[in-house]
Amino acid sequence: MQDLKSHPNLRQVPVNDISNAPIIEAPFAEVLVEIGRARSELVVLSADLSKYTDVLPFSEAFPERFFQVGMAEQNMMGIAGGLAKTGLIPVAVTYSVFAARRACDQVQMALATGHNTAIIMGFLPGITTPFRASHQGTDDLAIMRSIPGMTIIDPMDATELTQAFRSAIEIPGPVYIRGLRGQVAQVIIPPYEFQIGPPVLLCDGEDIGFVSTGLGTQWALEATNILEAEGVSVGLLHVPTIKPFAYQDVAQFAEGYEHVITIENHSIIGGLGSAVAEATALSGISTRLHPRGVPDRWAEAGTLEYLRMTLGLDSATIVKLAKTLVGGK
Amino acid sequence: MPANPNQLQDTEIEETAINIRRRVIDMCLGRGQGYAGQGLALADVLTHLFFRVMRKRDDGSYFDRFVLSTGHSAIALFATLGELGIYDQQELRSYGQSGSRIEESPLEGTPGFEITGGSLGQGPSQSVGMALGERLHKSGAKVYCLLSDGELQEGQVWEAIMSASHYHLINLVLLIDNNHMQADGATDMILSVEPLTERLSAFGFETFRIDAHNHSELTRVLPSASVEFPKPRAVILETIPGKGVKSFEQHHKVHYLRLDTEVWQDAISELG
Repeated sequence: MQDLKSHPNLRQVPVNDISNAPIIEAPFAEVLVEIGRARSELVVLSADLSKYTDVLPFSEAFPERFFQVGMAEQNMMGIAGGLAKTGLIPVAVTYSVFAARRACDQVQMALATGHNTAIIMGFLPGITTPFRASHQGTDDLAIMRSIPGMTIIDPMDATELTQAFRSAIEIPGPVYIRGLRGQVAQVIIPPYEFQIGPPVLLCDGEDIGFVSTGLGTQWALEATNILEAEGVSVGLLHVPTIKPFAYQDVAQFAEGYEHVITIENHSIIGGLGSAVAEATALSGISTRLHPRGVPDRWAEAGTLEYLRMTLGLDSATIVKLAKTLVGGK
Repeated sequence: MPANPNQLQDTEIEETAINIRRRVIDMCLGRGQGYAGQGLALADVLTHLFFRVMRKRDDGSYFDRFVLSTGHSAIALFATLGELGIYDQQELRSYGQSGSRIEESPLEGTPGFEITGGSLGQGPSQSVGMALGERLHKSGAKVYCLLSDGELQEGQVWEAIMSASHYHLINLVLLIDNNHMQADGATDMILSVEPLTERLSAFGFETFRIDAHNHSELTRVLPSASVEFPKPRAVILETIPGKGVKSFEQHHKVHYLRLDTEVWQDAISELG
């Protein structure tokens, strides 16, 4: 570990080159089966999406601990609550839109008013699907953040996704994890010890600060590569735990910069950007924030690359903004 | 095997139900208001469940599980738990008062309340989860879920009923408080849930419809929890809100009663 120039309190973790990171096949499926083997109390529920959320291998390995409930997310969250009340650890797996919107009250009443361990997996977070408003979960972090006692993790890659899941089953209360399915990049170099709460420093530059979460951190790394090549040094703080939010760490990081850009795969309302604004405002820090995320409108239909471009989340737009802010350095 | 092993207990059961009704009225005396209609209506079935049907462990805790979906009917459960000695009547008198844990619609964790009811229609799903969990644990425990006819208007209830049938949850019993009323008026006028027997049967439940104040009927359809059923069971309880106090039974606002102290006191006298 190198000496940190400006952030001695933060943990720095090494990352692979984002343009050439290894790809892990279905990391969630693997960790689910592995923990399913070690922990007999782990049960998994799907609302007709087991093939699309990397749950199928678990259902085949442990059919008696897999509950297919059909297209009925409200019922699934309720059943998960009931299973938890018999000492089991339920993992309710669906898309982020259905977990946060359709079954919102059930998540709260069945899983969040008590202290039983329960995991809610929200796949297809943000703009990782072309199906516009019906499938793009751009508000899940905002909704989940407002639920008392909810822990929220937005993993940036395969390593963090599996580690977050391992951590989540060890704590009381509900945990919402944004899922990444299929081929997922391994950006953080293992071994990596994920901790619920503390953010990690990925880059220690001084000219401008980035605070990012989830896939937004991959986008931040892409922009950082370009900026560093052009002589702009970037400080990049990755905040995987959206709740409980590390207000103090984030404020201390932000204090070191005149401008901080927040980058997230979520609406600019209620997610990471809002939490960072709370952190700086509550600490009386005057760092100027520039939230990048999905603007307050329904996103277009299209590939992730196309959507990033239309929403201003592509590298070119982030680089341009950063260079403008540092004064054409 | 005795012809009717519970026969000797019948008078005790009736007395217990009256005691629970007295507690319900007594709980409302403090603020002069509460869900007394529901408390009186459910006293008989809860007496059967807690004093005859559900099994206890050696330490006195219940082995079988009771889930109250209708949060607003908490008064009936509190009064029953009072009769069991789990709550002191002095504390029960703080029903609905600010800061009291004897809430009109409590959260899970309050002793005796397995789930957070009140956001209606959610008890059956959680009961399905408990029934699946108990089956996975091979415990043999039954899950009894009490909900109301109005709650059947929530689509989630039918999702739960479908899943109970699909998973063949013969350790699940749904008790439907068919009180024919809801917040805005008579259930039939708001949105009819009938024909209920046919609907539940079509969804794969063994369904019974009984006079919920007839003890021999309750005994017949709710035998000891050790009795195995062939299918998930639904019992449509034809209840009379305010049962046992004539003026309450005929009260046009029996869904939630606000009355003078002397009316509450007369009600206790009427219960005998």
